[in-house]
Amino acid sequence: MEIKRRDFLKGIAGGAALALAQPALALAREKSRLPDAVGILYDATLCIGCKACMVGCRKANNLPAETIGPQKLWDNPIDLSARTLNIIKKYVSGTGEYKDREINGFSFIKRHCMHCVDPACVSACPASAMTKDKKIGIVSYNKDACIGCRYCQVACPFNIPKFEWDNPFPQIVKCQLCNHLLAKGELPGCCDACPTGASLFGPAAALLEEAKRRQKMQPGSYYDFPVSTITSGKIQYQQAAQYIPRIYGENEVGGAQVLMLAGVPFEKLGLPDLPSGSYVALAENIQHTLYKGMILPIVAFGGLIFLVKRSDKNKE
Amino acid sequence: MKKEQPLGGKIFTPTFLFFLLLLIISLFFLAKRFMYGLGAVTNLSDGYPWGIWIVFDVVIGTAFGCGGYAIAIMVYLFNKGEYHPLIRPALMTSLFGYSLAGLAVFFDVGRYWQIYNIFLPWYLNPNSVMLEVALCIGAYVVVLWIEFTPAFLEKLGADSAKKSLEKIMFIFVALGILLPTMHQSSLGTMMVVAGSKLSPLWWTGLLPLLFLISCIFMGYAIVIFEASITAQRYKIADESRILSKLSGIFPWMIGIYLIIRFADVAIRGHLGLAFRGDLMGNMFLLENLLLLIPMGILFMPANRNNARMLFLSAISIILAGTLYRFNCYLIGFDPGVGWKYFPAAGEILVTVGIVSIEIMAFLWFIKRLPIYHRA
Amino acid sequence: MKKQNHFALDEKLSEISRRDFMKFCGIMAVSMGLPIGVAPQIAEAITNPKRRPPVIWLHGQECTGCTESLLRASHPSLEHLIFDLISLDYHETLNAGAGHQAEAALHNSIKENAGKFILVVEGSTPLKEGGKYCMIGGRPFVDIVKETAAKAAAVIAIGSCASWGGVQSSPPNPTGATGLPEVLKGTTVVTIPGCPPNPYNFLSTVLYFLTFGKLPALDDKARPKFAYGRLIHENCERRPHFDAGRFAEKFGDEGHRQGYCLYKLGCKGPITNANCPSILFCDVGAGAWPVGTGHPCFGCTEQAVGFKIPLHTQAEVSQITPDAAHAPIETEQGKGLSAGAAGVLGGIAGVAIGAGAVIAKQLGQSEEGE
Repeated sequence: MEIKRRDFLKGIAGGAALALAQPALALAREKSRLPDAVGILYDATLCIGCKACMVGCRKANNLPAETIGPQKLWDNPIDLSARTLNIIKKYVSGTGEYKDREINGFSFIKRHCMHCVDPACVSACPASAMTKDKKIGIVSYNKDACIGCRYCQVACPFNIPKFEWDNPFPQIVKCQLCNHLLAKGELPGCCDACPTGASLFGPAAALLEEAKRRQKMQPGSYYDFPVSTITSGKIQYQQAAQYIPRIYGENEVGGAQVLMLAGVPFEKLGLPDLPSGSYVALAENIQHTLYKGMILPIVAFGGLIFLVKRSDKNKE
Repeated sequence: MKKEQPLGGKIFTPTFLFFLLLLIISLFFLAKRFMYGLGAVTNLSDGYPWGIWIVFDVVIGTAFGCGGYAIAIMVYLFNKGEYHPLIRPALMTSLFGYSLAGLAVFFDVGRYWQIYNIFLPWYLNPNSVMLEVALCIGAYVVVLWIEFTPAFLEKLGADSAKKSLEKIMFIFVALGILLPTMHQSSLGTMMVVAGSKLSPLWWTGLLPLLFLISCIFMGYAIVIFEASITAQRYKIADESRILSKLSGIFPWMIGIYLIIRFADVAIRGHLGLAFRGDLMGNMFLLENLLLLIPMGILFMPANRNNARMLFLSAISIILAGTLYRFNCYLIGFDPGVGWKYFPAAGEILVTVGIVSIEIMAFLWFIKRLPIYHRA
Repeated sequence: MKKQNHFALDEKLSEISRRDFMKFCGIMAVSMGLPIGVAPQIAEAITNPKRRPPVIWLHGQECTGCTESLLRASHPSLEHLIFDLISLDYHETLNAGAGHQAEAALHNSIKENAGKFILVVEGSTPLKEGGKYCMIGGRPFVDIVKETAAKAAAVIAIGSCASWGGVQSSPPNPTGATGLPEVLKGTTVVTIPGCPPNPYNFLSTVLYFLTFGKLPALDDKARPKFAYGRLIHENCERRPHFDAGRFAEKFGDEGHRQGYCLYKLGCKGPITNANCPSILFCDVGAGAWPVGTGHPCFGCTEQAVGFKIPLHTQAEVSQITPDAAHAPIETEQGKGLSAGAAGVLGGIAGVAIGAGAVIAKQLGQSEEGE
């Protein structure tokens, strides 16, 4: 699926055309990162694929291992699922010799909730089971509100919310950035476990700064890379890799609190190529244009009552 | 003016029993679904969280139930009283379509025991398109039953109750036009948020408009389809003249729809996708061809007066609308490389069971309740 | 540590260098998971003649394999153990005397050292028919065990037979072979299971008791945690092969020769608690333990495994951890068209098309009829 920014804007124009009588349809509401937003910076070039973050995630969220295949030998999920909130996947091309190279190379990629600035799941959920924290911006799930309609799954451009298909009393399961641990002053399981600083926790704004700093690094030169959190003081002195000039999550569908850096194009790593505008904004604009204060429906209702009465009179 | 009367006759005909059997089969799969979870019966996955239970039973099922809405637009909005005899049968199909859509939702949602949460003010999410759809469909089901109540009251002979109800009926008639307008368009808006996952052949900001137009022409087609069958099988007043007149609206409506449809795809620059020969492209072409052909046929007045042509055109339009909605929700929906979905046998049989209830209820209603004008 | 003790120590251990001795104490401390600083304390404990504890070693139904493995320990060697470190007052295999003489030694020792001696039992205790399947000096073994244990300071069951019955307790268990903890209900019995157990696990337990005057931390099966706290799978030298999915499929195949993981040959490492891969056997260097020699672990230290689960039956992995491979970026997921679904859909389509065609045809006819 390729939706370029151009098409996206055309789509918005289509939405605008629908709202015929509405002169000023806000094109895209500007939502920006909350000042206290927290997030994760995942740097694929630092990732060694040790899966410590997956184990840390299981531990932090008390999740059982997920075994695939006839023999239950390994915790080897093939994708995110209701039992796996965090996964390291591997891209391999050709001979797969060189780290972080697109051709004849390989790269790891970590997948979990991006904690979008304007999350589609939160907008979609009819029962407010998905909420975005007003302060630190974590997108979390409340099973007591959820009706299990799975619209969040349809809406999420990253396919993050997962459903317990084999449970008669199912829930949606997703990464909630270990907010239960953050409340205790601890770190998210994955960032706590990561030995190289590939998963780095911190304030979203500081992480964006850090990502921008890395983008400017001279490949092959040595730099300090913080480990586990941006302010932990723990440092790895590492050679900078050749980054592709893109911070994934900076602008995608309105931006995210989880940011990613890699040496291989993100499309190759299975991340969708998304426009910078948010589909959520468009959907909500259509909806709010039509239903703002229920004025349009009420006026229409008045008109309909008049027409029905007239027709009834004619009949008589 | 002639009055609607029950058609009478046996209820437990072989046809009825056949559908009863299908219903019983579906109950087995439903029991399985409630005991072992959705994964035990359906082929749904995290990539395709919605399958035919939502797409066919709800999104398409309610479009099938737009007969009442479509005729009401004709009668009340455009003040064409001559279509009044079509209202009650159309309302009846709407009643079934929507009530059973509600039932299907109950089977499909994972946490059905707290489905009432969407009605609780503190769980309300005014940004959710689905909330709007759910509340409107819920309200419309109630409105439909109220609109249909006179038929029951006539049967019971409660004339005074019927009279007082008819005095305030205009409110419900108005609601019966307003609510489908709202939620049928919103069924389109629902997929706007899926943005990146929906093929550009279907994803557009105009989804609500296209869904609205398509549900109306599907509504008319359903009325014609159903009237053709009942006229064939039961002795009811000849409605062929009204029907052929009604069908005159199709070429124009479909024409406008197709212009918007193609213009939208073309302006966004994705028309090329339609001719790539892949599944999505072919489905796009098929979907629109199924509209183009009846449009051409019904453009000629002679064909509009031919019962067979009318019937076949109606079927084509229904199929086109059905396919359009399947495409928007399933075939054009691509959650990423590697994901696939095709409904499981059990999943299909549950849907068959729901349709069976619809058909059995239809048979019972027309025989026992005053729906049709008898010949 | 005081200087005079060093002299005493040198005197006592004239045959081996002090350096070697301290090394031994350090090794023992480490194998018990104790800080190395405890080594002098251990040395002190085992060189103090007043604290040199009497040990009574009883044999029930057994093969003497446990004793044999102890005989092959080299640090300390058995002679050091029994002459210098402990006072082995009764051991049927090692007794100098025999018959009544030996029995007298036993009685004397029990009488003299009541409440002070360590009782070690090797072999299971048959309970059926009054315990007549194992008679020593004309008395049922079960009576001897109960009588002796009542006066012991600590009771250690060495080997799987003493720990839980061992091979002879496998069904149908004709003699009613029973483990010591079961026979001496109410008494703490340290178990050192294994067939045979690693002698150092036994020696370490004894030394711990001598040094600290108490038993080491035990798990729920009364096994010293320092020896049985982890699965063999956790420390196995072949573990990377398991994680990478490299298995020997058959004895002697390429994978077997490459030293791949023996899981598929029935290795019980994933469900067996023991320190075999860490401390090895026989002091001959690397690889000297069953898996190291190319044979799957058969779970001899685990009551529910050894002699219960057939040798080549694959174990159910109890601690599931990630494998070495990574999920690919793109994977096939979800379910596609099945034959059943195709059949059902075909049926529906058939009925629908048929019905539609019939109606369309009739619609035409009625028109023509008009």
